[in-house]
Amino acid sequence: MFRFFLTRFSLIIPTFIGVTLLTFALIRLVPGDPVELMAGERGISPERHAELRAAMGLDKPLLVQYGDYILNVVQGDLGNSVVTRTPVLDEFMTLFPATIELSVCAILFAMIVGLPLGILAAVKRGSIFDHSLMGISLTGYSMPIFWWALLLILLFSVNLGWTPVSGRISVMYWVEPVTNFMLIDALLSDEEGAFSSALSHLILPAIVLGTVPLAVIARMTRSSMLEVLGEDYIRTARAKGLAPLRVVAQHALRNALIPVVTVIGLQVGVLFAGAILTETIFAWPGIGKWLIESVARRDYPVLQGGVLLVAAVIMIVNLLVDLTYGVLNPRIRHGGH
Amino acid sequence: MHHALRGAAFGLAIAAGFASPLAAKTLVYCSEGSPEGFNPAFFTAGTTFDATSRQVFDKLVQFERGTTKIVPGLAESWSVSEEGLEYTFKLRKGVKFHTSKTFKPTRDFNAQDIIFTFERQWKSDNPYHTVSGGAYEYFNSMDMPKLLKSIEAVDDYTVKITLNEPEAPFLANLAMDFMSVQSAEYADQMAKAGTQTKVDQEPIGTGPFQFVGYQKDAVIRYRANEAYWGGKAPIDTLVFSITPDASVRYAKLKAGECHVMAYPNPADLAAMKTDPTINLMSQEGLNVGYLAFNTEKAPFTDVKVRQALSMAVNRDAIIEAVYQGAGKKAKNPIPPTIWSYNDKVEDTKYDPEAARKLLADAGFPNGFETDLWAMPVQRPYNPNARRMAEMVQADWAKIGVKVKIVSYEWGEYLRRTKDGEHQTMLMGWTGDNGDPDNFLYVLLGCEAVGSANRARFCYQPFNELLIKAKRTPDVAERTKFYEQAQVVFKEQAPWLTVAHSVVYEPIRKEVKNYKIDPFGGHIFYGVDIN
Repeated sequence: MFRFFLTRFSLIIPTFIGVTLLTFALIRLVPGDPVELMAGERGISPERHAELRAAMGLDKPLLVQYGDYILNVVQGDLGNSVVTRTPVLDEFMTLFPATIELSVCAILFAMIVGLPLGILAAVKRGSIFDHSLMGISLTGYSMPIFWWALLLILLFSVNLGWTPVSGRISVMYWVEPVTNFMLIDALLSDEEGAFSSALSHLILPAIVLGTVPLAVIARMTRSSMLEVLGEDYIRTARAKGLAPLRVVAQHALRNALIPVVTVIGLQVGVLFAGAILTETIFAWPGIGKWLIESVARRDYPVLQGGVLLVAAVIMIVNLLVDLTYGVLNPRIRHGGH
Repeated sequence: MHHALRGAAFGLAIAAGFASPLAAKTLVYCSEGSPEGFNPAFFTAGTTFDATSRQVFDKLVQFERGTTKIVPGLAESWSVSEEGLEYTFKLRKGVKFHTSKTFKPTRDFNAQDIIFTFERQWKSDNPYHTVSGGAYEYFNSMDMPKLLKSIEAVDDYTVKITLNEPEAPFLANLAMDFMSVQSAEYADQMAKAGTQTKVDQEPIGTGPFQFVGYQKDAVIRYRANEAYWGGKAPIDTLVFSITPDASVRYAKLKAGECHVMAYPNPADLAAMKTDPTINLMSQEGLNVGYLAFNTEKAPFTDVKVRQALSMAVNRDAIIEAVYQGAGKKAKNPIPPTIWSYNDKVEDTKYDPEAARKLLADAGFPNGFETDLWAMPVQRPYNPNARRMAEMVQADWAKIGVKVKIVSYEWGEYLRRTKDGEHQTMLMGWTGDNGDPDNFLYVLLGCEAVGSANRARFCYQPFNELLIKAKRTPDVAERTKFYEQAQVVFKEQAPWLTVAHSVVYEPIRKEVKNYKIDPFGGHIFYGVDIN
C-alpha cells in the first residue's frame, strides 16, 4: 500500500512542473502587456514603462523569470497580484470556498434529482416518461449556461420574486468571514435569517451549474440500470417473487451505481469550467471570475498562481480517488500483478 | 460591531414584515466590477474611484456634483500669485477623519495631512512611498513631479504650493481622485504598529461615507459619516453590490435588489425607458470618439487629404448604427460640457462629391490604399470600433480610397499606435479633470507625440495657443485661446471627430437627487431614497 502511494505521489511532481511551465508559457504567448493596459489611452513614456516592467520583474529573460517563479513557489510564495497588490494565495483562500460551496451544492442537486429520474426512466423503459425525460436531459446537456441562467433569473427572480437575482447573501446582512463558506459563516454569525438568505442565494446558481451534470447523471443512471436489469440475477430475484421495489433498490441499483459514481467524479472538471460562467452571471465571488479577469488584465501572478492552485486541488482529489480505489480494489493496488 | 447589529436589526425588521419608519435608509448600488484596491492614488480605473475617492475621501478642491466646476473642498479658499507659480490654500477647520476599529483620530484635519498626501506620491524618501508597491500612476501621468517645486505648511491651516512653471490646469488636477487627502496621523500610527499596508486596505478619509468592510468581489459597505463637514448624507448605509453582468444588474434593478446600476446594455435601454419603476437618466459624457490620421505619414501629411477623408465619412449613419442613437455628432475635440467649447466652429459636412474633388486637388484623383486600425474592445466613447471601421471603409471606398482594417489585442494596439505604426486609426478619450487642456494638450500637443498624441500632430501655431492658455490663470483669457485653438484644429483636421457618447444611468423611481457625474463616476453624497 505504501509503495502504491509513493508511485502515485511521484507522478505528481512532473505534472506539477508541466502545469507551471504551461501556464507560464501560455500567458506570455498571448500578446499584451500589463503596463500598457494599465496606462490605457493616455499612453506611457518609455522610461516609465521600463520602470514599471522592472518593478514587476518582467524585464528579465524569460528563463530567469521562470526560475525565480519556481523558486518562490517552492517556498510557498505565489507572488502578489499586479492589480490589487495583495498576495495571490490570500486572494485564492478568500475566493475558493465560494467556488467549492457552489460546486458542492450543484453536484448535490444534480445527484438528488438525476439519480431517481434515471432509475424511473430505466424502470419505465419505453414509456412516454422515459422518452420525454431523455429528451429533456439532452436539452439540459446542450443548454447554453448563459442563456439558461438569465432565463431562470427573469422568471424566478424578476417576475415571480421567489429567489434573489444574484450575490451570496442579502446586502442587509453583514456576515464576518470566518471560514469563507457563506452557509457556515451565516450560521456562526447569530444574525437571524442570514442562513436562509444565504441558502436562497444558492438555489439558482446551483441549478444552473448543476444542469449539465444532472443530465449526464440521469442518462448514465438510466443506461447503467437498464444493463443491470437485464442481468440473470435480477431475473432470479424477480422469479423468487421479491417485491419489484426491492429488486430495483437493493439488487439492481447497488450494482448500477458503480459507473455512475465514476461519472460523477469526472464532473469535477466540468463543474470548474461551468463555474466560470455561472459565477460571472450570478456575481458569485469565486475563483472563476477571478481567473477570467486576470487574463483580461494580464495579471500574470494571479493567473499562474490560480491555475497552479486549481491544478493542485484537482491532483489531490484524483490522488485521493485513486487511493480509495486502491483500498477498495486490491487488483489496482497491486498494479495488476 | 455596532454596524453589524444595526444591519441585523434591519434584516429582522424586513424578515418580520414590519419596517419601522426609523429604519436606516440603505442605498444599494449595483457596480460593474471590483475595486483594484482602496487607495485611489495607486489606480486609474473609474470602478476603483467610485469605491474610494468618490465616497470616502475629500480633496483640497472638488468638482461640484454633476458638473466640472471647481468648488472648495478641504480648502475653504485659495489664491494664485500673479505669475501663476504660487498657490496658497486656506484649509477648513474642524474637519474630522473617520474613526475605525484600528484608528481613532486624536486631532482634526490640518496641513500635515495635505503634505503627507503629496509627499507620499512625490518624494521617494517618504517612508510610505514604496508601501503597497508604490507606483502612483495618475500622479506621474499628470506630470505632477515635473510641475511641483515645493509644498509647505505656512501654519496649521495654510498650505503653500510652488510650481516650477505656471500651469493653469493644476487646480483641476487637485480635484482629481489621486489627490484624495489621507490622514498623516493614521499613517504614523500604522507605521508604529508595523501594519503600513492597512492605510491602503482600510481607508480612512474625511469624506461623506466611511468604509465599513469589503468582501472581495461581492460587497462593499459604507456608513454615512455623521460628522461630515458638509452635513450628514441623507442615506445611512451605502452598499456596493458587485455585479459584473449588465443584464443581471438590470434584473437586480427591476427586482428591487439595487437602487442604482452602472453601465446598462445599449440593447436594454428601450425597455428601461418604458419601465414604470425605472427612471432612465442620460447626459452627454465627457468624452470624444475620433478617427486620427497619422500626420507624420504620407499622404496624411497633406491637410487636403485629411479634410477630404473627413468629408467622405457619413457620421450620422455611424451614430445611428454604432452608437444606436446614444451618441452626439462631435465637431470639436472637446465635448460641449467643457468650458471654452467653441460652438461657432463649423462642422465638416458629409459630401463625397466635394471630397473626391479635394482628393484630386491633392494629387489623388484615383484615391490610394491605406490602413484603418480599429480597437478590439468596447470603450465608453466607442461601443463598436470594428463596426465603425467597416462603415468608414465603405464610405472611403466611394471616393476611391481602399482601406485595410487592422486590429490587435488591446494592449498591443495601444503600444503600436503610440509608436505610430498606423496610418489612420480609431481612438477616443474620457476626460480626467474637465479642463480643456486635458483634451487638447494631452491628446494633440507636441509634447504628447509618442504617448497619447496618436495623430502625431505637432503644429506650432496650435501648440503655442495651448501653451499660452496653460500659462495664464485667468479663465476668460484661457477661454479665448482654446476657442481659437479649436478653429485651428478644424482647419488642420488631424482627427475626424466622430461622436460624444451619451451616458445612461438607470435608477429606481424612489431614488431622489441623483446626478450624473460628467466624469463617469457614481457619487452618492446628497442622494436620498423615499
